[in-house]
Amino acid sequence: MLKNLFNFLVFPGFLFTATLGLVASWIDRKVTARVQWRVGPPWYQPFIDMVKLSIKEITIPKNSSKIMFLISPLLGLSAVILASTFIWLANIELGATGFTGDIIVVLYLLTLPAIALILGASSTGNPLASVGVSREIKLILAYELPFIIILCVPIIKSSGLLRLQDLIQYQTVNGAILSNLSGLLAFLVAIFCMQAKLGLVPFDAGEAETEIMAGTYIEYSGILLAILKLTKFMMMVALPLFLITVFWAGFSIWKYVVLLVIIVLIRNTNPRVRIDQAVRFFWGKMTALALIAVFLAILGK
Amino acid sequence: MSLKLGALTKSIWVYHLCTGGSCNNCDIEILDLLTPRFDVERFGIVLVGSIRHADAILVTGSLNLKAVERVKRVYEQAPKPCVVIAVGACACGQGIFANGPYTPNPVDSLLPVDLYIPGCPPKPEAMILGIVKLIAKLKGKGRE
Repeated sequence: MLKNLFNFLVFPGFLFTATLGLVASWIDRKVTARVQWRVGPPWYQPFIDMVKLSIKEITIPKNSSKIMFLISPLLGLSAVILASTFIWLANIELGATGFTGDIIVVLYLLTLPAIALILGASSTGNPLASVGVSREIKLILAYELPFIIILCVPIIKSSGLLRLQDLIQYQTVNGAILSNLSGLLAFLVAIFCMQAKLGLVPFDAGEAETEIMAGTYIEYSGILLAILKLTKFMMMVALPLFLITVFWAGFSIWKYVVLLVIIVLIRNTNPRVRIDQAVRFFWGKMTALALIAVFLAILGK
Repeated sequence: MSLKLGALTKSIWVYHLCTGGSCNNCDIEILDLLTPRFDVERFGIVLVGSIRHADAILVTGSLNLKAVERVKRVYEQAPKPCVVIAVGACACGQGIFANGPYTPNPVDSLLPVDLYIPGCPPKPEAMILGIVKLIAKLKGKGRE
């Protein structure tokens, strides 16, 4: 019991993943700055931002549904803590952890932050937030379909293993799923889905700063905004880690850095797509690719 | 004191409030601050889209009668502590609109302005110098 609490709150759950997430967000900002020929912020900038946000005033809008407004950031945060604890433990724990089917639980937990954001933003009663919410819902519908389809690939390849730790063990024996053609296709789709799940450019229509003024985040201030940002940064650790676990034979630091740099480069070399373009992209090309990957996996390629 | 003040002055998120009655030249000069030549993100200064995220409000332009209500409301929506910075001749002292019939209110008759950056438009260097002075002033206030 005490060990579970420690795992959840300190290592490898909340504190560890949050620190890593803040560092990842610094890498994101720094690489972005270097791509734009700027210098960029110092490494401690995200930490200062968090401290500053936590001492600012919280405003609860008059027309909002107050309990929902206050609870939903915590809902998203706890979901991402739980998901990252599961994934980390599968990677680093020596004894047996997890249970059969935890890959499905993690899949649900990784969707929860977006749902929590939708709940919170739609409870504010702000018209711009509701525009952001409608876009975010469409985006979820768009990227979840190919994301779930491609998760069938490692399960088919490993003939029905539904436990993260079993998948890693299978890959250490038989080589990474990524090294097959079907795995490679699935991983390609997964990278784009990850970009949309993180809400980064080109799929950031839900929080477009320049047109709907941060959209879903618009009414949040103070520590609630800090929690929302932290959730996003922790997703930046949890999602690449999930992909590495499922497709790339378990965690190591260079794999994570490679994925992070890919995310940042995609973010910096693309314009924001409209929401209809995003839905067409995911339900068209990406779903087709995902289905091809699944068929190849069934054929044993 | 020091942690709070240090965090507040090292991570200034700026909301850019154009009151409408301006030629937009100050706004363009403000955007210059984010370009590679000046890059104020080195000091943690970023532009934000929503007033709820702001630590500083940059007011540009002369305040006309229609804008008075809106500017007041925007200031009330900002989470405190929050500083107000008037940028450009119009926002500082009404500029060429000083005798205009539709712009009777200077910005500082409405908002507690902490820093004036004059110029038409002010150069980016002037704005950086102004922000440095503002931070020094805030820190001086903290020590007392």
